[in-house]
Parts: sequence; C-alpha cells; structure tokens
Amino acid sequence: MRNALLIAGRELRSYARSPIGWVVAAAMLLLDGLLFQVGAMGGQRLSAQVLADFFYYISGVTMIGAIALSMRLVAHEREKGTLVLVNTAPVRDGQIIFGKFLALFTFLVLVTLVTSYMPALIFVNGRVSVGHILVGYLGIVLLGASTVSIGLFASAFARTQVIAAVLGAALLGVMLLLWMAAKVSDPPVNNFLLSLAIHHERQKSFMTGVLKLENVVYYLAVTYFFLLAAVRTLEARRWR
Amino acid sequence: MIEIQALTKYYGDKKAVGPLSFSIAKGEIVGLLGLNGAGKTTTLRILSCDLLPSSGSVRVDGLDVVDNSDEVRARIGYLPDHPPLYDEMTVHEYLLFAARLRGLSTEDALARVEEVLGATQIRSVRDDVIATLSHGFRQRVGIAQAIVHRPRLLVLDEPIGGLDPVQIVEMRELVRSLRHDHTTIISSHILSEISETCDRILVIRGGEIVASGTEAELSTQLLEGGRLAVTIRGDAGQCKRLLASVKGVKNVELIEPAEPGDHVASFAIEAERDVREDVCRTLVLGNIGILGLSRSEHELESIFLRLAKPDDPGAPGEHPKGSKSRPSGRSEAAPVGDSNGHAKGGS
Repeated sequence: MRNALLIAGRELRSYARSPIGWVVAAAMLLLDGLLFQVGAMGGQRLSAQVLADFFYYISGVTMIGAIALSMRLVAHEREKGTLVLVNTAPVRDGQIIFGKFLALFTFLVLVTLVTSYMPALIFVNGRVSVGHILVGYLGIVLLGASTVSIGLFASAFARTQVIAAVLGAALLGVMLLLWMAAKVSDPPVNNFLLSLAIHHERQKSFMTGVLKLENVVYYLAVTYFFLLAAVRTLEARRWR
Repeated sequence: MIEIQALTKYYGDKKAVGPLSFSIAKGEIVGLLGLNGAGKTTTLRILSCDLLPSSGSVRVDGLDVVDNSDEVRARIGYLPDHPPLYDEMTVHEYLLFAARLRGLSTEDALARVEEVLGATQIRSVRDDVIATLSHGFRQRVGIAQAIVHRPRLLVLDEPIGGLDPVQIVEMRELVRSLRHDHTTIISSHILSEISETCDRILVIRGGEIVASGTEAELSTQLLEGGRLAVTIRGDAGQCKRLLASVKGVKNVELIEPAEPGDHVASFAIEAERDVREDVCRTLVLGNIGILGLSRSEHELESIFLRLAKPDDPGAPGEHPKGSKSRPSGRSEAAPVGDSNGHAKGGS
C-alpha cells in the first residue's frame, strides 16, 4: 500500500503542476455548470427531477474527463520512458496500477465535490432530500471509478496515449450502448446485455435517489475486473 | 554477482539476444560493447527486471530474476539510455521519490539523497525543476536515482551518450568513483568510451558474446597479428626485401613517409602474428636504421568493428533461429572466454 500511495501522490502532484490537470478540471466544471443551468434548471420542474437531470449530465462529463485523463496514466509514461523507474523498482505491478487508479480517482472525486454547490442551489426555490443527493453522488463516484479502470486498462494495453484514448473510448462506448443491443435482442440475451450496460438502468436508480446494492456491486465488479486486466497486461508486457 | 546462463530473448519471432552466457564478479566494472541492435539494451533490461527472459537463467546475488524479481530489483540500480526523469519535479523531490520507491524510510531517504547530491555533483541544481536541466545534469540525476538506494549492482545503459567531451571526462570520473560500492555493468557502442572505465569488456554481436577479456587481453589476443607501420633510413628496395623475408609477414607496402629526410621511407606491414621483434632484428642485421615502429593506432577499434559487425549488413543483430553466430574476419582468433572463465560465447 505504501508504494501505491507513493505513486498516487506523485501522479496527483503532476496534475497540479501540469496544465492538463487544470485544463481538464476547468473544462469539466464549466460543462457541469452550463448543463446544470441550461439543461436541468430550464423550465418549471420538480426539484427531484432537476436533481436527477443534474446527475445525468455530470455522469457524462465525468466519463469524458476520466477517459481524457486516464489515457496518459501508463501510455504517457511509456512514451516518456519514465515507466522504467517504477518497473525496475521493487514495486508490484498491482501496486503500480492501484497507485495510478487511486490518483485519478481522487482527482475526479475532488472535481465532482466542487459541483456540490449546484444541488445546493435547488434549495433556494425547491426542496430535495439529502439522501437523494448523496445517492446521486455515490452513483457518479462509482461510475467514475469504473471509467477510470477502463481507461487505465486501455492505457496499460496501448503503446501511445492516442491509441489508449481511442481504445478506452471504444470500450466505454460499447458498454454504454449495450442497452441498445438489448432492445433488439430476445430473452435471455437482452437481460444479460442490459445487466452489463454501464449507464442506462444502473445510473437511473442512483439519479432518482434509489440505492440498490446490485448496482453498487456491478460498478465495483467492473472496476475490479478492468484493474485486474490492467495488472495482467502490465505483467504480460515484461514477457513480450 | 551476476550469472547468466543460455539467456535468450525473443520479440515475437525475432531473436534479440542469445544464447548468452557470462558472469560478473563482485566489484568488477564490466563493459558491454556492441553496435546498435546488438542486444545490449535488451540484456540490461532483463538484468534490471524490466523485461523477462524467453529462456535461460539470470541470477543476481544468487537470486533468479523471474522467481525473485522483487529481491533482485531491490539490489539493482538502473540507468536506461534515456534517464527516466519526471520533468515537473525538482531534482530533490525526484530523488526522494526514487529512494522511497526503492524501500528506504523517509528519514533514510532524505539522508541518502543529500549524499548522492554530493556524490554526483548536482547539489547546485537541487531545487531546480528537472525540465530546465542540461543534458549533462539530466544524466547525472539519472545516475543519482540509480545509486540512491545503495544497490549492489549498477546497470548503466550508454551513460555517456550525447555528452560533450568535458561531460564525458566528468562522467568517467563519476563512474570510476562508484566502483568501491557497486558492481557495475556499462553498455556502449564506442570502444574508447568504456575501455578507459572498465576492468573487462564483453563484445556482443547478434545477441551473443563474441569476445571478452580485459583491454590488455583483447589487445594481445586480437592484435596477435595485425598491421605495423615501420619508418626507416636506408635503401627502400633492400628494406622491403628484408621485411618480406621475415617469417609471418604476409604483405609489405611502401607508404607515404611518416617524416621528412633523405632516404627515409615508411612501410605498412601486414602480418599473421606479432612480428615486431623479428622485424627489428632483421633490419638491424641488414644495416637499416629504424626511425619508428608502431602498431596502427586504430587497430583495436577496427578489430572491434570486424567482431561486432553482422555478417549480413542488411540484417543488423539478426540471426536465424538455431544458427550459431560466428565473428567474421579474424574472429577465429578472438577469445570466447577469458582466462578466469568469466565469460564464454553462446553455447
């Protein structure tokens, strides 16, 4: 754990010291604000509906931000030649991957926390439950963790950042659109595909403030699966 | 310290290294010499656990690089051909990170970083951001990160590459100063770079060791014959006949006189053994004045090139699977294992 925290700390500091971290954070917050103002707050609506729409919009922004930043986690270091420093240190591949994941996940959580003033604005003219807000944010955080792990796997697999971004976006796109494939499939395949879709039904319950354990388990499982795949990919690269 | 037995490494179907076998004793500075693509970097990456071997055994301090990877990595300091530096960090932050990553406690790491800042003479850039450093300082920071955890084995991949002459001299001094605390293996494609720093040289070609020994051993054994330049005062025609009569001399050629003067002539002699004594004796008995007798200055370098160059210039460093690499030209005379049995060619 010590090594993973060391790697995470260095990675987080690199976001703060390079333009990429600030630019992505600013762009995410700008998009969140615009979508909240224009999309969620537009027209006469129930407060709970405004909040649900808010979570819907920031879930998309979170996924885009996660893919944009995760592409550099391993591929960028490989391109720069710095990956060899951690590769030749007495650090397990699992610790490298977990450290990288922890850094970007923490960054996304911090950016997401900054958006908390937006749900608070709903209290000016309406009323929503704190539980609804907390469950909605839990859904965003879990979706962010899953997306980071998908992007991290793509970054460990690809040789360059560009390929990592394309691969990560493609994987996420497929998982997003599985619900559409489910619509044109027959049972039991449609149920299986729907259960794998990363956003559609899974996020809907979080957005409406309904906490279902199966959804939490789903996101944790996706995160674990792709982190494990990233570790195995890193290990396999030593044999190539 | 290092035992490599029948090491091979394939990238897909392409053989990069092997079969390679050699050993390095504790405290030695060994140079791995070969042209680009000869397999030097791959060998060093395997030693540093950055890559794993396709087959064969690599042991550091008796520990296998596959089975005991973590323990081996803790014993090794590695400087790749491009130092692995994080541009946004300061030198001090970076070295502290590298030290802690190698398992040092924060207190120990802080103390050790101060030591290596002094040892590598980079204290003046301690708080500078790495992105702003010159190439020479970047190389020094690279060496500092490699020694910060007091590794027993130091692996330096072309540490002198890209440095200017002053920096090269400083880097040689730095590497020499580390010999007391570390066993060191250095790679280069330039003989003069490592001949002045290393105790022993391993010449690698096509992923196999084709010659090994100290610089003196290589000179003696590789230059067993070679070329001589003789400058004399006397009858050039008589001198040429005398030289041609010396046993072992294959060819005598009149060349541009090495110095001005009446009846001064210079000859290039090609011989199949060391004929210097016989040449002197013959010329003196023939009443010829000897003004100079020397080996060709670049003879060792040219023999290195003959050893290191692949047979097929179109396929550098590549050999079909199962084929045994043989040095070209005079390579039959090249040692494939020094007198201490430290190294032997691919078997």
